[in-house]
Amino acid sequence: MARLLGIEIPNEKRIEASLPYVYGIGRPLAKKILAEAGIDPGVRAGELSDEQLANISHIVAAKKIPVEGDLRREISAHMKRLMSINCYRAIRHRRSLPVRGQRTKTNARTRKGKRKTVGVQRNPDAKAGKV
Amino acid sequence: MGRSLKKGPFVNQKLLAKIDKLNDAGQKKPIKTWARASMITPDFVGHVFLVHNGRDFVSVSASENMVGHRLGEFSPTRMFKAHGAHTAKVAK
Repeated sequence: MARLLGIEIPNEKRIEASLPYVYGIGRPLAKKILAEAGIDPGVRAGELSDEQLANISHIVAAKKIPVEGDLRREISAHMKRLMSINCYRAIRHRRSLPVRGQRTKTNARTRKGKRKTVGVQRNPDAKAGKV
Repeated sequence: MGRSLKKGPFVNQKLLAKIDKLNDAGQKKPIKTWARASMITPDFVGHVFLVHNGRDFVSVSASENMVGHRLGEFSPTRMFKAHGAHTAKVAK
């Protein structure tokens, strides 16, 4: 197991596939970083030399790519700003509904989570004819 | 799709003129507006806007980190009625 960028330990996969285990690095960015570091994307992560690993973290730092904690902090800072001004996007975040104008009649399950039925809460007095 | 950078931000000119006028006079009073699509520029900061949402005017006080957003973002046009809410109201 190779140690990289602090706590991340990608496994015995091709480095191209194990680099995306780092929060903030996806497949395309991984490829870009490897190209810059001059590392063959097909090499297993475990077979990389310490130098090469250091080179990768160096590039990530030099290119100011936010990863892991920094990225999470950045995102929550953005969210906090939205919340503080109370705009439409903040409201959508709060209700955990889609933020960018997608339909909600159907779909939107990623945001809304597991389907749950919303029933009508009947007035207990209604049956007794009090209302 | 975002707006072309060439054009710059959209700011309602009539609204901007009103703000300039208020700034010149050193006054602050709420401005009633229907210009929901107008971007909030740094000139807007500190002023209060009454932004129309189709029914009434929602009071929006522009602050620094609202710059770059549009007035309409702060004046919701739809109201979410929870299921069974009317029951709760009746029960009150």
